[in-house]
Amino acid sequence: MALEELYKEVILDHYKSPRNKRSVPGAELSCSKNNPLCGDEITIHAHLSDGRVADVAFEGRGCSISQASASMLTEAVMGKPVGEAEKIASEFRSMMEGKLEPDEEEFGDLVALKGVVKYPVRIKCAVLAWDVLQDALSGAETPTSSPQSR
Amino acid sequence: MARIVEPRAEALDVERIRKDFPILERTAHGKPLVYLDSANTSQKPRQVIDAVTEFYERHNANLYRAVYELAEEATAAFENARVRLASFVGAPDPSCIVFNRGTTESVNLVAHGFGRKFVREGDEILLSELEHHSNIVPWQLCAEATGAHVRYISLGDDGLLDLRGIDGLITERTRVVAITGQSNVIGTLPPLERLAEAAHAVGAVILVDGAQLVPHNPVNVAQLDIDFLTISGHKMLGPTASGGLYGKRELLERMDPFLGGGEMIMEVFPERSTYKDPPHKFEAGTMNIAQEIGLIAAIDYLEALGMEAVRQHEKELARYAIERLTEAGAQVFGPADMELRGGAVSFWYKDIHPHDLAQVLDQDGVCVRPGHHCAQILMRRLGVPATTRASFYVYNTSEEVDALVAALDKARVIFGA
Repeated sequence: MALEELYKEVILDHYKSPRNKRSVPGAELSCSKNNPLCGDEITIHAHLSDGRVADVAFEGRGCSISQASASMLTEAVMGKPVGEAEKIASEFRSMMEGKLEPDEEEFGDLVALKGVVKYPVRIKCAVLAWDVLQDALSGAETPTSSPQSR
Repeated sequence: MARIVEPRAEALDVERIRKDFPILERTAHGKPLVYLDSANTSQKPRQVIDAVTEFYERHNANLYRAVYELAEEATAAFENARVRLASFVGAPDPSCIVFNRGTTESVNLVAHGFGRKFVREGDEILLSELEHHSNIVPWQLCAEATGAHVRYISLGDDGLLDLRGIDGLITERTRVVAITGQSNVIGTLPPLERLAEAAHAVGAVILVDGAQLVPHNPVNVAQLDIDFLTISGHKMLGPTASGGLYGKRELLERMDPFLGGGEMIMEVFPERSTYKDPPHKFEAGTMNIAQEIGLIAAIDYLEALGMEAVRQHEKELARYAIERLTEAGAQVFGPADMELRGGAVSFWYKDIHPHDLAQVLDQDGVCVRPGHHCAQILMRRLGVPATTRASFYVYNTSEEVDALVAALDKARVIFGA
């Protein structure tokens, strides 16, 4: 297994020049999680408007896989209806479990993370941001539960 | 010309040693295996593997309870392991050795059997910022149950424990001092004799986490005058789940049992039971028989090399590694004085996250450990989320350090650092 399949150029690009790594002023959704194994930390901020993810960004630190995945996430769900964002999150999870062959058109840069499947220890790193997103969005649907940082 | 020659242990014949370790013949990703993770678990020589196999092939039976020849052989071999381990750490008597899975179980045993019985509300349990989670969490549980407080000796910027305020930390309120014998992350060797003396002066007991100390240094519990020493057999060439606890006999006698069950009792009545004397009071259920017997072969192996020589070899390798890593631009943590540190070398390299770094090294067959090393309090003190750690043992060579440094450069290229 060649290292290039894990550290694809597009992954390193997102790691070195992360997209939407910032805060979102007035974000009504803000969720954090960490991966105690690596010390990866991800916070996702999102602003919803008319049932869409009007703005989404992340903050955090950690390994290249966790940070690149978060960066790609923001691009993948930006402007999407909430339902579609959730669908992408669930499909991404299936891809990381090796159960789904991604549609390259739909998945874009995210396809690059498929190589992580062959490194079981690192799957958690790739999925972390998506866990946080799903927590944030599920908080949005049930306004009684407050999506607090943990 | 007159010269004072320091008594120096004979250098290890590493080339010959390596031939005893079958796993070192294999490759990883098509490259020779460079195993630099012995602080995590050590590799096993053929002699240990054979001893375990021979036990299962020739002597396998449960202990104590049968009258046939096999069981007598198994029991004799198991008790011989106790004799050998006692002598290896300088214990006055084999009955001071309790067998269990190693350090984690041993600290839990003492935190429960001694802590819950003798620690009272308002008492203090003194740890250090160097500790592994296995020497923190059991004491937190004990403090929660008893109303005691956990305090910490802080770590100085020089990687050594800051003992300037020790008189304010070890006081009449201190009931237990629990301290690592050698840091699993940055190698620090705390002054155990001094801490034991200070603990005893206020009537406290001292437990030494020997997970890293015992495999890599000559240890004599009587000389150190420590009350408890934890021993992890799998880190000293022995099988996994071998090793256990040294405890002063009078303390083991006064302590409560830890796990209840078969073989630790004298008599069982409907409402209560009476217990065997130590060490059997602490050995409930079927023990790790083959593992403890395998540990004899590990002790044989280390004694033949000589623990002074083992320590010397690792000191030289660590010194070389620190030098090469620093040249390569890594920040190495821990004491600079080799006399005050062991062979666990943790570093931070050019802002490449340790998990990424270790992944690239793995591709070259170099096994190191990335992460917080079960020492999150220490990570916060060092100001890093994780480190990469290379650790050495009797089979490692300076060429392997070179392989590590060469592989680092590949990571630098990939991550453009």
